[in-house]
Order: sequence, then structure tokens, then C-alpha cells
Amino acid sequence: MRRVILIAVPYLWLLALFLIPFAVVFKISLSDIALAIPPYTPTAKDGLWTMLSGLDFENFVFLTEDDLYWKAYLSSLQIAFFSTFLTLCVGYPMAYAMARAPEQWRATLLMLVILPFWTSFLIRVYAWVGILSGEGFLNQFLLWIGVISAPLTILNTNTAVYIGIVYTYLPFMILPIYSALDRLDGSLIEAAEDLGCSRLKAFWLVTIPLSKNGIIAGCFLVFIPALGEFVIPSLLGGSGTLMIGKVLFEEFFSNRDWPVASAVAVILLLILIIPIVLFQRNEQRQAEAGK
Amino acid sequence: MAETVFAPWDDPDEKPLIRFRNVTKRFGDFTAIDDLTLDIFAQEFFALLGPSGCGKTTMMRMLAGFEHPTSGSIELAGSDIASVPPNKRAVNMMFQSYALFPHLSVWDNIAFGLRRESSDKDAIAKRVEEMLKLTRLEKFARRKPHQISGGQRQRVALARSLAKAPKLLLLDEPLGALDAKLREATQFELMDIQEKTGTTFVIVTHDQEEAMTVASRIAVMDEGRIMQVATPDRIYEAPESVYVADFIGDVNIIEGQVKAASDGLFQLSFADGQPPVLAASETPFYDGQNAHLAVRPEKVSIHTEQPDASDNLLQGKVLDIAYLGNLSTYHVELPGGQVIKAQTANTRRLSRRSITWEDPVWISWTKTAGVLLDR
Repeated sequence: MRRVILIAVPYLWLLALFLIPFAVVFKISLSDIALAIPPYTPTAKDGLWTMLSGLDFENFVFLTEDDLYWKAYLSSLQIAFFSTFLTLCVGYPMAYAMARAPEQWRATLLMLVILPFWTSFLIRVYAWVGILSGEGFLNQFLLWIGVISAPLTILNTNTAVYIGIVYTYLPFMILPIYSALDRLDGSLIEAAEDLGCSRLKAFWLVTIPLSKNGIIAGCFLVFIPALGEFVIPSLLGGSGTLMIGKVLFEEFFSNRDWPVASAVAVILLLILIIPIVLFQRNEQRQAEAGK
Repeated sequence: MAETVFAPWDDPDEKPLIRFRNVTKRFGDFTAIDDLTLDIFAQEFFALLGPSGCGKTTMMRMLAGFEHPTSGSIELAGSDIASVPPNKRAVNMMFQSYALFPHLSVWDNIAFGLRRESSDKDAIAKRVEEMLKLTRLEKFARRKPHQISGGQRQRVALARSLAKAPKLLLLDEPLGALDAKLREATQFELMDIQEKTGTTFVIVTHDQEEAMTVASRIAVMDEGRIMQVATPDRIYEAPESVYVADFIGDVNIIEGQVKAASDGLFQLSFADGQPPVLAASETPFYDGQNAHLAVRPEKVSIHTEQPDASDNLLQGKVLDIAYLGNLSTYHVELPGGQVIKAQTANTRRLSRRSITWEDPVWISWTKTAGVLLDR
């Protein structure tokens, strides 16, 4: 009985805060826009039968007709994919260096990775505006050392979005990879060298495969939130930056088209289900291997 | 038919496979290896024996190439190997933790080293099968290391390190993780494999019994220095120092002053009111020199009644009895308070044992039973 309660609590939590809201969003996505409060029709006030019969997939059809949406999805996937890759390229060496650092330093280094979370995410992204803008610190510095003669345009481009995503999600990449590398037995590398591997070959044949689960976990932890990212593209990206999170925001707040915004959200969730399921499976496999 | 005894160390013409020359290794201010010179010959089963922290593992890691001597040189087959990285040495190591690659099957673990030097798939497969057969692992080839037992893992590690047919195989506490019964069986297996493959083995261990069982020669180490290098029987019967005598097996150490008795015989006075004990020694001692007599307990006989004349006969009473099943060790207290251990085989059942606590007994040993040591 006690076990049932223990299991029931998180499931009720999920039901109340995930499934029911999702059902509500899904219902709105099947409704039509209306000048009313709430701004869609039909609602439950019209009676259950009228409401159900008034629902249709019109908004989803609309998403396929206007190329803005699928372009935004594709562009988001592309940005999420490349920024995940970039984060991996930056994060792996950092995690590796942390795991190889002297024992007494590791706690401090770990602390430093988590430290940015002490400041609001919004403020940290805003700070990048100051760094990347035309008269920002970066341009001033580059002009001062004489690398460039005219300020670079970084802010309001996709480059700024990539910088923002890599910066923001770096800890999510570093932590799982670090934990995988930290567990790695140093004698395995020595054994590989003893059996004829060069340092690089040993890294490729032993270190990389044994940190694979950490890499996969890190990539999903970056990719999944990056795909629906809204704050970074809207603060750092320009008019040319097309991301689904931004489209969603505009549909919802600027156009006040709740049904289309909901349809966008439902599709986004469906796209994310694939990587989330893959992530779950990776975690499960990791847990089994750890036994 | 005269059997030739394997003893290349006694042959001055024999070239050693490994030669440590005045090797010193320091980690910061800590001296792990202190000016050490040692020769190891081809096909030897050489044991480095000592307590933890004596430098034996450092020596092995220097042979494998993971550490470099601070000064001095290490030669393998006549050439200095200081500048050769671990992956270019004809030396393989079996790690204490086995260091099996957890993401690879037993088969792939054994093939790992072979794949680095050759791309001939058939030759690799042939060699791996050979190794699996040698270590009786054919049935487990497809399993991952975490799916097999500790003893099997140990054999995989051995097969993997032998697969490349190294000139020298290093074994770092290879049997440390096995239970006593399995360890004993594996010791004989190791000796068997060493004989079959003709590889030179250097084993690091802190277990003296293991070293005695497997090794052709043993180096007893302490604090970065070699105390003695000799065959197991020499180490046991003719230790050169009290440290070695004490480290290997059980021993009675009697300390006293020496007086020459006759040719090659010395009298050791060890306590007031006790007659001096007689011991033969090839090394000369001067009168009044401080010396230690090391006598193994099994070479001391214990009697309930005064026996006929013996070289050394002392009277005492039984203080303690350690019953080991096959053997019993009697701790006999002499009137001066010294305790001498005497060991006898329990050829009779325990209920028929004639000696018990507090019994007055006589202990005796011959003049050649012990070794007289000056340090």
C-alpha cells in the first residue's frame, strides 16, 4: 500500500502538471480563433457536445500551408543541432581537463561550472548583448589590439544565437561527460598504451567509447531545450533568425492566435518526443550497465 | 641422466634480459627506488617481494614505461629503454585491477593488442583462439568482462597480456583479488603457462608464499632497496639479514655476543644464566661481536623429557600453543623470559597430544639449523 502511494505521488504530479495542461493545449489547437476571452471558440461553456463537434485540424493544415512554420522548425533543428555539436566541441575538452585535474581542484572546478546558475538566465543572456554589440566589449577589444579595423556585426545574427546557446547550455554538456570521465579507471588508458596504442589512439579507442553515455546524455540535455529556445534568439538573434520558439511567442502574444500557437506547440512536442525517448533509453541502458 | 638446472644467474657468460644499473627514482623528496642494480635473465620467473611502499610497483612501472628513472639506466636485451614509450616496448603488463576494457568482449580484449600491430584478420583470430585455449576461456569469448567471474577475468587479463608474445611479461599482484583456494590453483597455472610460452615473467607481490611457490628467484625489497636476491630456498634457508629472515616465514631471532668456538663454529651468549648456543657459520665473526641467530621454528624440536645430548638444548615451559591443524607451534618461555617458537607436525590426533600449557619442556636444535647474521 505504501509503495502504491509512493509511486502514485509522482504520477499524479505528472498528470496534473503535464498531461492535463497538454490536453488543454491540444484542445485549443483544435479550436478556432475568436475575439473573446479566452480568445478561441468553442469553449466548454458551449456544452460538451457543441464543443467537441466544433473541433477540427484546420490549424495543423494551416501550419503546412504557410512555409514560415516548417522553415522555422527546420531552422530550429539546424540551429539546435549545430549548437549541440559546438557545445560538445567546447564542453568535452573542459570535462576532460576537469576529470584529469588534481583531486583537490576538482570540487572547485565543478563549482565554477555550476556558478553561472546563481545569476538569472535572462540577465546572463542580456549581458551578451553588451559584449557582442557594435560598441560592445568584444569589438572594442578587437579594435584595440588591432585585429580588425571596423566593428564586426555579431549581435542580431545567427552567430550570436550560437554563442548564446553554447554559453548557456555548456554546463549541461560538461556535467554528464565529466561524471563519465571521472569514473574512468586510469589503468585502462595505461593498459591500452601497454598494448601498443599511442596516446591519441588510446583516447579514441578507450576514453571516447567509455564516455559515450555521458556524451549522449549531454547532447540531449543541450539539444532538447535548444530546439524550443525563445529567449536567446529573441535577444541575440536578428530578424533573419528563424526559430520556432520565437514564432510561438509571436503567435501567442503578438497575434493573439492561441489556436495556431497551440498547434505549433503540439508539433514541437511531437518533434521532441523522439530525442526524449532516445535519451530515456540511453539513461536506462546506463543504469543497467552500472549494475 | 643429469638434468640441467635452470640457473642462468650462476653463469657468468649469460647475458641478462633486463639490467637495472644504479637506478634511482624520486617522487618529489620521496625516494621510491634507491640506487638499485639488478639483473633478470631470459625465461626467469622473477618475483619482487616486499611490503607495500617498498618500491616494487615503481620498478614494474619503470619496466613498462609508465615511469622513468630519475638517474641510472634500465636495459632490455642490451639496449637502454629509457626513451622508448610504453606502446613501443616488447613488454606487456597484467594490471592489478586487470584493466579489462569494459566495452569490449573477452575476444576483443585479447585481440586489442594484436590489432594495433597487424591488420591480418586471420592471423589475429588464430592467435586469439590460441590464447583462449591456453587460458581455457573458449566458452566465454563473447561475454563482456562484467559477465564473468573474478578468476575468469584474471585469465582474460593474462591472455590479453600474453597475446602479443612479449619478451617480458609484468604481473602486478596478479592473484590479489582471488580467494585462497583459487589463488593456489592459479599459481600453478601461471607457472605452467610461463613454462609453455617461455616468456620471462616478473611478478610483483607482497605475498611471500606466492613468491616462494612461483618464482625461480626472489628479490626481497625494503624502502627502495633490494635486501637480497636469491632462489626461494636460499632466501628461506640462508637469509643474509634479519630483515629477510623475518619477512619470509616465521623465525626465532636470538640476539647476543659471539665467541669463536672452533673452526667455523661460534658460541652465542644471549642471556645471563643461559648456556651459550652453538652455531655454524661460514662468514667469520670476531669475539664479542653482536650477532643474531635466526632459527626456523620447524627446525626446533620440542621434548617432554630431557633428550640425549644435542648441540643446543634449552629448558623452558610452554607459554602458548598455536594449533594450525596440520602443524602446532609451541611458544616456549625460557627462564630468562625469552620466547622460542618450536613447530611440530601433528601426526597424531589432537586428543593424544602430550604437551599442554605450562608444561616443562626441552627444546633443541642442531648447530647447523640456524643462520648467524651480523645485521
